[in-house]
Amino acid sequence: MAKITFDGIEVEVEDGTTILQAARKIGGKVVPPAMCYYTPLKGSGGKCRVCLVKVTQGSAKDPRPMPKLVASCITPVQDGMVVENTTNEEVLNARKGIVEMLLINHPLDCPICDQAGECNLQDLSYEHGVSATRYEEERRTFNKVDLGPYIQLHMTRCILCYRCVYTADQITEKRVHGVLGRGDAAEIGTYIENVIDNDFSGNVIDVCPVGALTDKTWRFKNRVWFTKPMDAHRDCPTCSGKVTLWGRGDEVLRVTARKDEYSEVEEFICNTCRFDKKEMSDWTIEGPRHIERASVISANHYELPVVNVPIVPNLPISTKKNLPQE
Amino acid sequence: MGIKILTEHINVPGIETLEVYRKHGGYRSVEKALKTMTPDEVVEEVKTSGLRGRGGAGFPTGMKWSFLAKPEGVPRYLVCNADESEPGTFKDRVFMEKNPHALIEGMITSSYALGANTSYIYIRGELMFVLRILEKAIAEAYAAGLLGKNILGSGYDLDLHVAPGGGAYICGEETALLESLEGKRGNPRNKPPFPAVKGLFASPTVVNNVESIASVPWIVNNGGAEYAKIGIGRSTGTKLISASGNINNPGVYEIELGVPVEEFIYSDEYCGGIWKGKQLKAVVPGGSSVPILPANLITKTAAGEDRLMTYESLSDGGFVSGSMLGSGAFIVFDEDQCIVRNTWNYARFYHHESCGQCSPCREGTGWMEKVLHRIEHGHGHQQDIDLLVSVAKQIEGNTICPLGDAAAWPVASAIRHFREEFEWHIKHPKEATLPGAVYRGQLATIEA
Repeated sequence: MAKITFDGIEVEVEDGTTILQAARKIGGKVVPPAMCYYTPLKGSGGKCRVCLVKVTQGSAKDPRPMPKLVASCITPVQDGMVVENTTNEEVLNARKGIVEMLLINHPLDCPICDQAGECNLQDLSYEHGVSATRYEEERRTFNKVDLGPYIQLHMTRCILCYRCVYTADQITEKRVHGVLGRGDAAEIGTYIENVIDNDFSGNVIDVCPVGALTDKTWRFKNRVWFTKPMDAHRDCPTCSGKVTLWGRGDEVLRVTARKDEYSEVEEFICNTCRFDKKEMSDWTIEGPRHIERASVISANHYELPVVNVPIVPNLPISTKKNLPQE
Repeated sequence: MGIKILTEHINVPGIETLEVYRKHGGYRSVEKALKTMTPDEVVEEVKTSGLRGRGGAGFPTGMKWSFLAKPEGVPRYLVCNADESEPGTFKDRVFMEKNPHALIEGMITSSYALGANTSYIYIRGELMFVLRILEKAIAEAYAAGLLGKNILGSGYDLDLHVAPGGGAYICGEETALLESLEGKRGNPRNKPPFPAVKGLFASPTVVNNVESIASVPWIVNNGGAEYAKIGIGRSTGTKLISASGNINNPGVYEIELGVPVEEFIYSDEYCGGIWKGKQLKAVVPGGSSVPILPANLITKTAAGEDRLMTYESLSDGGFVSGSMLGSGAFIVFDEDQCIVRNTWNYARFYHHESCGQCSPCREGTGWMEKVLHRIEHGHGHQQDIDLLVSVAKQIEGNTICPLGDAAAWPVASAIRHFREEFEWHIKHPKEATLPGAVYRGQLATIEA
């Protein structure tokens, strides 16, 4: 067991746990956000850099601080480690910078995006972003890629978290899509047009933190916050059959896996459950699903939360005038 | 003339053949190491020599070797990083092309020291002709019993392979190189675990630069203590410098670490002074990723001491008034070179070469390139300069691998030292975009 201090709160976790998991054990406001890390997917994490934290004391044996900010999702804890997240200005500034980077090429088309209301990037930008952009260049766009009848790919919204790649690698039989190209021209694609067709391929929609991969059977049907989530199950020969139904009245609009407060699925579900079973009679309803009201839209407020420090506090006036006056 | 360790026989006709190479004392170190020394003794010699990694970071090679994990029953690997693709760097290419056996000799001796039975040379994909030269030399070495089973009757086995990259700069980063060597997409790995624990095929691996490996035979032959006598302080030995830019004699030079920078630029033995007798404007002393230094800071440190070609002296003053020796790509700019244009060029390179895995580098390199492109083409705003500084700061230190830092440093340092020039570009877009326009102090002049 290792004892660490996270934002002044002591917590004891198993050896080999990551800093992020230790913080999640504490829960609440101190948990660093994560856009690419996904607990059920092995090897994920370390890419988006929004979970960066400051380790001010490496361990009880070697109390030196770590020289750089570290990605909390992949850094294992050491006994006696002292970590600062929301209490460290350097961390908050770095995170703000990274959110800005994630948004410069994002289309910000939330009003027409099906993910709006349950989008991790949307929540993240409300919490850590600024309301004006310093980016005046053209945003990058991509050619449309057709992934078949069920999954819609909007590459412009993608933040390249690689979650869908890991999902296809680890829970489907064959991965047909991957990351092509490099740098900011990198994109998710199938190289030569190919349909993502597999019993479990629909799970890439659930793991996508943004609206890059959406469900074609649910597209433009309704807004997330107008639909009512219900826990339901059915006897499914391929998966556990435990799902969340999103409906209005008697109509089932969408079926997803059950997700926890960090948007991580509890059990992956199969495509039959997700795309084909859209009748109330297909399902046994267990009761309403409790959704963590973390999302900005479901919480029904747009004001900036408490955690908001100017992005680069010591810049000359000439730059500051383009930033919002807070 | 200083002592030549790597380039002593480089111009001997036929040195690329085993016969001529052996005539000039080649493969002596293999015989000495395999027959009279234990692997630990070789590591100890390299440690004593104070040899530092020649790829750019300057980490002590012997120390790196001693970190190698040695679990029972798991193979260990030595990988030679010959993916030299930083703008301005061409020393390894020349070295491998002219004297391939010197690298192979180094590989055998180093592999023996590390207990590796399979070693790889990961060569830049563009250098296919060098790959062929190396493969020919390796075939000769196999035929002579210097590679393969039971080398020289010592009972030590080694297989040496050459693998070409696909033309990505990022594959010069050691973990991206290992991914690429495994046949995957060349994305850098998250560290820890470090390659010394879990590298190639999840086994302990050492990745060394060509020049570091090629220095090992001399150290084995003459002793680490002898090597440590060359150079100054913690910068021991000799270093290949790829000198380019506006100088009279561009090329690869082997210098003893500790040569004054001023002597290196102006003496006829090395660069031979600035081209056409012009004035020196700036120098990038270690490859495009290290900070650029203006003329007054490259020959003298901020404290007024002479700057020497050593790891310590070039980084004197930190990033405020210093730079780095890096991979030894010495790029010289004369008075007619536009720093804004050059910075844009570097930013464009890093934008193109970012692997796109982590967000600050993927988005930030493109952003910097676009802003610099605008400034260079006369569409800049005054706040763009501070914007660039802030974007560079947002990238630096927040990325998985050092490519983010490498992209941020040249931009940040160019603005730090040549801010006036950037401002002039923004204030006078018409003059600045004329062909050949260069900022010279307060007066802008245009030359045909």
